[in-house]
Amino acid sequence: MAIGVLLKQVPDTTAKIGVSEGRVDETAVSKWSMSPYDEYALESALRLKEAGGEDVVAITCGPTRAAKMLTDAAAVGVDSLLHVLVDDLSALDSTQVQSILAAALGRADCDVVFCGKQAADTNAGSTGPGVALLLGASCVSHVSEVSPDGGGYLALRASTGGDERVQVSAPCIFAFDKGDEELRRPNVRGIMMAKKKAIETISPSDLGVSLDNSRVTVVSHTPPPEKPPGQKFEGAESVATVVGKLRDEANVI
Amino acid sequence: MDVTVIADSTADGLNPVTAQLVGAASSIGGTTTVLCPGGVGSSQASAISGVAKVISVEGDCFGTFEGGAWANALNSLATGELILAAASPRGRDIAASLAAIRKIPVIQDVTGLEAGMVVTRPIYSGKAIETSNVSTPCVITLRANAFDDAPEGGSADVGTVNQSADVGLAVKEALAKASERLDVTEADIIISGGRGMGDPSNFSHLNEVADIIGAAVGASRAAVDTWDEIPHSMQVGQTGKTVTPSLYIAVGISGAIQHLAGMKTSKYIVAINKDPDAPIFGVADYGIVATWEDALPVLKSELAKL
Ligand SMILES: Cc1cc2nc3c(=O)[nH]c(=O)nc-3n(C[C@H](O)[C@H](O)[C@H](O)COP(=O)(O)OP(=O)(O)OC[C@H]3O[C@@H](n4cnc5c(N)ncnc54)[C@H](O)[C@@H]3O)c2cc1C
Repeated sequence: MAIGVLLKQVPDTTAKIGVSEGRVDETAVSKWSMSPYDEYALESALRLKEAGGEDVVAITCGPTRAAKMLTDAAAVGVDSLLHVLVDDLSALDSTQVQSILAAALGRADCDVVFCGKQAADTNAGSTGPGVALLLGASCVSHVSEVSPDGGGYLALRASTGGDERVQVSAPCIFAFDKGDEELRRPNVRGIMMAKKKAIETISPSDLGVSLDNSRVTVVSHTPPPEKPPGQKFEGAESVATVVGKLRDEANVI
Repeated sequence: MDVTVIADSTADGLNPVTAQLVGAASSIGGTTTVLCPGGVGSSQASAISGVAKVISVEGDCFGTFEGGAWANALNSLATGELILAAASPRGRDIAASLAAIRKIPVIQDVTGLEAGMVVTRPIYSGKAIETSNVSTPCVITLRANAFDDAPEGGSADVGTVNQSADVGLAVKEALAKASERLDVTEADIIISGGRGMGDPSNFSHLNEVADIIGAAVGASRAAVDTWDEIPHSMQVGQTGKTVTPSLYIAVGISGAIQHLAGMKTSKYIVAINKDPDAPIFGVADYGIVATWEDALPVLKSELAKL
């Protein structure tokens, strides 16, 4: 058995997103990074290993460029790397992506899985619960901390009434929110070792997943609507004017 | 078209987004059945205009939240060609799980919906908008405040069904909510503080303003990371909460791109910042160049006059 961590490479949160000919222009993205919530998932997976857990396998589904992110994960301590090569992830619907990831987790023999609660590109949040369902696993979402507890795990999750500590046993998936733990940074030795680490690269069909037609077709991408420029006032005296405008112009108070 | 709406609720009853789900269903000509997990809010739901039927879905499994278990319990009743839920944390979990059970696509956080299933949604945290065609059956979650509320005035029949499902997790400890204040995702007005507040104790000034206008208090990541007193549950932005209130007041927040990602689509944005070049002014409808020390007392007294 192994600890699985699902990672996605996305445009860095500081990158500009441009649209050309009705599609987001990925070639213009200046920097690709690991999706922020996935970083917390990865950190927690590594801590679980250090607390006496199994080896950590990082799995991604994405184009060739995503291999770099796996190497980055190896640099902070991931034991093995699995890359399911899919050139255009946006052409797949949620069911297809989840089938691939579930099959990859099965191949890597993972019964405890960490992922981000949503990716910074699609902002959807379907992966954790969807993959859990396919694996017959429990999904705990909005988790910020996981620790071993007897034969199972204790997870801290945000809930509608406040935070809760919940107990769960394998097979299970933890979909991570921002955690409280400091993220580890790679050291030189880690980076050198990671360069030598092999990435197992496979295709969806190697996993026995056939990709028939996606039931979601992207029609277009557009830039967000421009907001008309706002009004700017100097000094605290202007607060009264603004309150008046919020009441009379905007009708929000 | 038959539409199944999964009611969005807390222990206290329905969240306002539930009426927006019904409104969106009606706008595309749907015949709407509302499922109330755990039976919460079923009489409230029956009073929403446009609802054909309410099913109060009861069972032990609703005592603890687990998206997969709830979806299993709701599945046999979720017979609509379109299943709508809220893009809330729970709604998203239930939606993704239902879609996986039924092997149908799920589209999350939709802000525009047309018959023939054309959906629009923000992607890359609002840096672009995606329009797609989705074949039915499908599951769609809607962003709060992106659709108009269906009015009150309905009187749909309420049926009760008992369901069961295996729950794989158990709550060992419920930690007190960091504050009894309204959560930012539930609020129609939000006032947020950043590192410019100088000290966590100064958030009391934001609380006072919030109390006057019934607002929730939020924070930037710098405030959350710097001060233990400001919990992550208050954080707005890329790695915090995404909010779409009618009014967002940013105080001592510079307006980093990751903060904007969580609040840019607010209907009106007010910024109070002492630096006239702060990026937050680029998205503010009303910008006030002043220190919060000067501006908040005036804001308090002006709001108190309303
Ligand atoms: C992957 C990633 C994810 C992130 N996610 C988030 C997120 O979810 N949310 C988030 O907010 N940030 C996020 N950040 C952090 C973000 O980049 C900024 O660092 C953060 O938003 C800055 O917070 P701030 O505006 O409070 O602080 P600062 O940038 O330090 O700004 C403080 C502001 O206060 C003003 N000020 C100072 N004193 C006063 C005064 N007396 N009166 C009035 N104004 C005053 C200053 O002029 C300044 O503009 C993320 C960053 C990364 C890399």
